[in-house]
Amino acid sequence: MVIRAAGLELGYGDRVVLSGLDFHVAPGEFVGILGPNGSGKSTLLHALSGWLAPKSGVLMVEDKPLGGLSSRLRAQTLAVVPQSTEVRFPFSCLEIVLMGRYPHRRRLGSLTADDLIRALKSMRQTTTEHLKERPVTEVSGGECQRVVIARALAQDPRLLLLDEATSSLDVRKKLEIFELLNHLNRTRSLTVLCAMHDLNLAALYCRRLMFVKDGRLLVDGPTEAVFTPEILAEVYDTAMEVRWHPASHRPYAVMLPLPPGVGVEEDKDFGSGGQGPTATDNPSPPTPPRGL
Amino acid sequence: MKSPTCSPLAGELSHAPELAAALQRRRVERRRFALSLLALVVALVASVLLGTGIGRMDLGWSTIAQVLLNKLGFQTAAVDRTTEVVVWGIRLSRVVLSGLVGASLAAAGVVFQGLLLNPLADPFTIGVSTGGAFGVALLVMLGVGGSFLGLSPLPLAALAGALGAMAAVLVLSREAGRIRKESLILAGIVVSTFLSALISLIKSLDEESLSAIVFWIMGSFSGRGWIHVGFLLPYAAAGLVLAAYHSRELDILALGEEQSHFLGVSVSRVRLKLLLGASLLTAGAVAVSGVIGFVGLVVPHLCRMLAGPSHGRLLTLSAFTGALTLIWADVLSRVLLASGQELPVGVVTALLGGPFFFYLLKSRRARGIW
Repeated sequence: MVIRAAGLELGYGDRVVLSGLDFHVAPGEFVGILGPNGSGKSTLLHALSGWLAPKSGVLMVEDKPLGGLSSRLRAQTLAVVPQSTEVRFPFSCLEIVLMGRYPHRRRLGSLTADDLIRALKSMRQTTTEHLKERPVTEVSGGECQRVVIARALAQDPRLLLLDEATSSLDVRKKLEIFELLNHLNRTRSLTVLCAMHDLNLAALYCRRLMFVKDGRLLVDGPTEAVFTPEILAEVYDTAMEVRWHPASHRPYAVMLPLPPGVGVEEDKDFGSGGQGPTATDNPSPPTPPRGL
Repeated sequence: MKSPTCSPLAGELSHAPELAAALQRRRVERRRFALSLLALVVALVASVLLGTGIGRMDLGWSTIAQVLLNKLGFQTAAVDRTTEVVVWGIRLSRVVLSGLVGASLAAAGVVFQGLLLNPLADPFTIGVSTGGAFGVALLVMLGVGGSFLGLSPLPLAALAGALGAMAAVLVLSREAGRIRKESLILAGIVVSTFLSALISLIKSLDEESLSAIVFWIMGSFSGRGWIHVGFLLPYAAAGLVLAAYHSRELDILALGEEQSHFLGVSVSRVRLKLLLGASLLTAGAVAVSGVIGFVGLVVPHLCRMLAGPSHGRLLTLSAFTGALTLIWADVLSRVLLASGQELPVGVVTALLGGPFFFYLLKSRRARGIW
């Protein structure tokens, strides 16, 4: 098992975010972690990356307790792509990607050709080769994100954790990254876990979905079995239709509009004698969203 | 869904041409770095010699060369004892000390700026200098005199104060076993402010000590000799080794602590070691020379603009540049006043460093660094 969690409780300080987590992840799985905002997706990834120590419970990575691994060994085993990255010094993008080789390099040894090859290769895979010499402080957010993904690949991990890693990318770049992850997952049995918001992207690539909500793991199962209108409605409190796409042979969800009035606050006048229009000045209420 | 620009198979193709290009580029960079290092070494040797030659007493270059050659074991014409003491015992030792202090302060500045990700951090940010000043103030007030291992007790008091302040900052900034950079800066401000208040208290209670404390705080190499070089050397060496040993981690820490953790850096431990190294450098420098500002702030900025952000090179270049800067600042402090009086070197670095830093800020903004 790549990951084994038993009775895991996670949180910050006195606040418990997730509890009673029990799950296994086998080598070569492609898992999506889904759930509403604030449900604890990032907390779960933080714990899996070793950054957040569990409050209680067991968390094993490759059959060793994660907290007991040395930093170096942990970084050789798993790589993390965070939501966003801000770099404060103008390192070139190649230098950033080469930092991914840090856990593999000897302390006083210089950079080897192998390090360079792996860095260049992961830059090619993420279509960031042309950015090699550009300062990372001068590339766009999406480019920077792909450079960081390249860095994670240069780490040569067996487990890759992504926390909303493609949210800032356009549709095409998103698909390119997920095609690459899919390829690495199938050919190298790279285990992938990604927390994401994009339901359809998750349905397209993840073979297993874990839904977290209200501090616990609500549903966990193969995408085909759990990507259903009932479960999505329960997780997101939103009516959705799930259909199967004839070309991709994958399910996809269609959002349905919320019932009239939900999420629409009427424009109320707070101050007395204010300058703004009052309710009587503005007789027509905001129109509720209409059906598509 | 296969895309031509990001074919997963692209990764399997040969990388020979790009690899060769990247290797070539690294070779060029390494050669350029070696060349600039060579230039700095030559400049440093020349500056040491020139710095030894320039002074109130005009000795003539041949006499100076003779003294130095005699001391290095070559037998040349005999030189009278006074000249020998002036050249070797007073001037050369002072030039070497100012170089060593400059190197220490500049290297400490590189570490603090990289560690705190703050362009305005300098060796004195976390209150190390105030600690040193407090140690001196306390000693002056208590009127402790005499000598210890041939050294006046002032450097020892400064060192103890500086290290004590650093320890206090580290203890205050630890939260649940982690050292966070925000709490580090806050703790530095707290400790520094508190100690400043104590120094003011001492000054107001004991007016006799006022001038001694003020003079020491301004920073000077006046009256320092080889014994001070020997005093600073272990701290400078330990600090430089610690910083250089962790320069790769310093690069990665620029990504923030979370991502450094993801890349396998044990953030708190590395941060502690780097802090220790930089504080040793600062404490040693403060102990022998007082508080000399701007070198640790300006030199790292200048070198980063010239050599890029990679900390291994930045440390080396900054140490050499810092040494050069302070050697010449000290020469200026000796010869600037026509009356023959000496200026405190801290005043010279502040007078030169202020406007220069302003210039750097202006041109740096244009280049978009930081």
